[in-house]
Amino acid sequence: MMYYSRLRMASVIGVCLVGLALCLPNFIRQPSPALPWRQIHLGLDLRGGSYLLLQVDMASVTADRLRGLQDETRQTLLKAGLGYRNLATGPHDVTFTPRTPDEAQPDLKALRAMPMNAPGEFQVEQGEGGQIAITLSADAARQRAYDAVTQSIEIVRRRIDATGAIDPEITRQGEDRIIVELPGISDPERVKNLLGTTAKMTFHLVADSAIGSAVPPAGVEMLPMSDGQGTLPVFSHVDVDGADLTNASASIDPQGGEWAVNFTFDSTGAQEFGDVTRANVGKRFAIVLDNKVIEAPVIRTAITGGNGQITGGFSAQQATDIALLLRAGALPAPLNVIEQRSIGPSLGADSIRAGGYSLAAGFVLVIAFMALFYGRFGWYANIALLANLVLMTAILSLFEATLTLPGMAGMLLTLGMAVDANILINERIREEVARGRSALQAMQAGFERATATIVDSNATALLAHVMLFVFGTGPVRGFALTITIGIVTTLFTTLLLSRMLMVRWYARTRPSTLPV
Amino acid sequence: MMFDRPLLRFVPRGTKINFMRGRFIGLATSAVLSIASLILFFHPGLTLGLDFRGGIVVEARTQGPADFNVIRAALAAQHVSAAGVQSFGGPDDVLIRLDTPPDSEPDHEARTQAMVDSVRHAIATLPGAQVLRADAVGASVSKELFRNGMLALGISLLMILAYIWFRFEWEFAVSAVVTLVLDLTKAIGFLVITHFEFDLVMVAAILTILGYSTNDKVVVYDRVRENLRKYRTMPLAELIDLSINETLSRTLGTSCTVFLAALPLALFGGASLSGFAWVMLFGIVVGTSSSIFIAAPLLLLMGEKRLRRDARPPARS
Repeated sequence: MMYYSRLRMASVIGVCLVGLALCLPNFIRQPSPALPWRQIHLGLDLRGGSYLLLQVDMASVTADRLRGLQDETRQTLLKAGLGYRNLATGPHDVTFTPRTPDEAQPDLKALRAMPMNAPGEFQVEQGEGGQIAITLSADAARQRAYDAVTQSIEIVRRRIDATGAIDPEITRQGEDRIIVELPGISDPERVKNLLGTTAKMTFHLVADSAIGSAVPPAGVEMLPMSDGQGTLPVFSHVDVDGADLTNASASIDPQGGEWAVNFTFDSTGAQEFGDVTRANVGKRFAIVLDNKVIEAPVIRTAITGGNGQITGGFSAQQATDIALLLRAGALPAPLNVIEQRSIGPSLGADSIRAGGYSLAAGFVLVIAFMALFYGRFGWYANIALLANLVLMTAILSLFEATLTLPGMAGMLLTLGMAVDANILINERIREEVARGRSALQAMQAGFERATATIVDSNATALLAHVMLFVFGTGPVRGFALTITIGIVTTLFTTLLLSRMLMVRWYARTRPSTLPV
Repeated sequence: MMFDRPLLRFVPRGTKINFMRGRFIGLATSAVLSIASLILFFHPGLTLGLDFRGGIVVEARTQGPADFNVIRAALAAQHVSAAGVQSFGGPDDVLIRLDTPPDSEPDHEARTQAMVDSVRHAIATLPGAQVLRADAVGASVSKELFRNGMLALGISLLMILAYIWFRFEWEFAVSAVVTLVLDLTKAIGFLVITHFEFDLVMVAAILTILGYSTNDKVVVYDRVRENLRKYRTMPLAELIDLSINETLSRTLGTSCTVFLAALPLALFGGASLSGFAWVMLFGIVVGTSSSIFIAAPLLLLMGEKRLRRDARPPARS
């Protein structure tokens, strides 16, 4: 208890030095790319930026699958020469009545042979009224939802990367949510709009005759241009669906030297596209994205091979964006922004300043208190406190944790609480001295008795904050994380470091009385 | 050497304050405060923050002192009707609140987002004005955040109960948790009176003060347990008094350091942290006093017979 071997001392000091080294990346530049360089990230509330919580519209994922299933059912039955009545889609199933009761068995046989997206995706059963139901299984629905979110994340990531956002963080949350964090983007309107588009792409012919007319004729819609520059009348009929695209890329058209978007249709799309373009060379063909006209280029030639090129006087950026949206494909389901938090850069700077000053002031007050009320041992506690701050910073850096405003408050509170352990030891030593024990005995008893109390009190705090971390959301997690780390570093600095300082001092001076 | 000896002393050495004599006064005061807090909780109730209420809050800084009429006109031009436009912080800062459409309506999420953008556009029309912060929380999310916050609170209390039960005897655990619940009600009363918004950060603050309060109780209990072994025949009331007196210097010392650490945050921490810090300061005072005036008397009431009987040496010796 009162003896520290050289090895033990060296390791305590070693840990502190390693901690100090780990803090460095937060303050100086990386000298060489070979060195691992981990640092604390500033949270959005400190550096400014936006947080978006997106919810995938799961109902529409199921509805889409059921619509497809209904289509497949119809085709399967037709192909088998079977009939149906009242083919309809419910919330989880597709139902129909066989043409005659005799056909029920062949119906079931044909439908059970339909391809499934996943094993056991749906069940085909005949109900009591003779009605046949194709029911999606709950497991498959869950899997599909999971896949839809995964796919959405991918598409969201591609789209956000295309905006040039720096360090965007895109993470899954819960079953059907996606968190998007955009540091430095304090006005997320553009990103929101980009994500708000499901990117359902359709091709329509432009109704040139209706340009300028106030009320569009029947079968023609006035669609807004995506750049906000007025509207364009297009025929409502969807000539080609962008879902039939298999690939798209941007390149410079070797003939005209213009930027162009090249795309490849699958066989269905190629057929449709060929027919439409052959009949309409020289006319404008509108590319419509979620009911907004992106571009309406002129059809130069008939496009029959399934490969096409859109040249519409694009800038390089425009061409790339369109290719990206075409390639990234439509989102499997609409995304709703259900929570948005954005902080301007000046507020972030204000917060850092206010938080930083408060932190410094609190730190100085605690140090002064300890020095005034506990003398030499108080100073040892202060050294431990400083080491505590260093180690906390080091661990947060190692985790590449995000420091938020509540996190800063957590650090401050940890420092306030950290001296508790030192106070416990010191008070105990005082008591033992008051009972007439010698300096050595008092210190020994102080350490021994106080340790149990320190472990107990920190364990309860640790439990409470681990819970907070597990069940908390957003800023609360950052707060809980800093305190949890703080409790661990507190145990190290008080039980090992400050005690070591006290023991070394005793060994050096062999005092007859203690400065308590 | 100048820094060798402590310059000041907090509590005179060897206090012998008879805390347990005032135990009924302590319990009664606590009961009155907690009941008052509960009444305040139901009426007028907590001011729910954006996290739990849902809605839109936009903070903006204008060039020169904010003119509310100009701001309202700019909002009206964007077809936004603000539920409130008020100043906060400095004279240049305005806070605009909007209610979100109820979640029974279709497209309510999209409309909420469109409203935020409209407010931004309105502020962009004011010369030199900038948006400091824009938050929008949908109704479904706010309900969920509230549920998660309460869950975290409840589970933390249970974990504390379980831990103290595991480390001490059940009288300690029960009296600690009852005291914590009383502390909690007082913190809620404090929030109602001060009109600090109750949001996720406040849940964190409350959990922290509960953690702190527990910490304080564990230290006193630890000493009670130690003294139960040491003084086998001392009456429990006397023994608890002794334990409190012995740990008084530490209790006040630690409270002071935590208080000092949080004080600058309350005074200068900025709008988002000062509410948090004030709740902390309140919690430190309540948590420290409840260790002495509530947790200890409760332990005395519950353990008067049992704890002493358990501690009595075996009959044979």
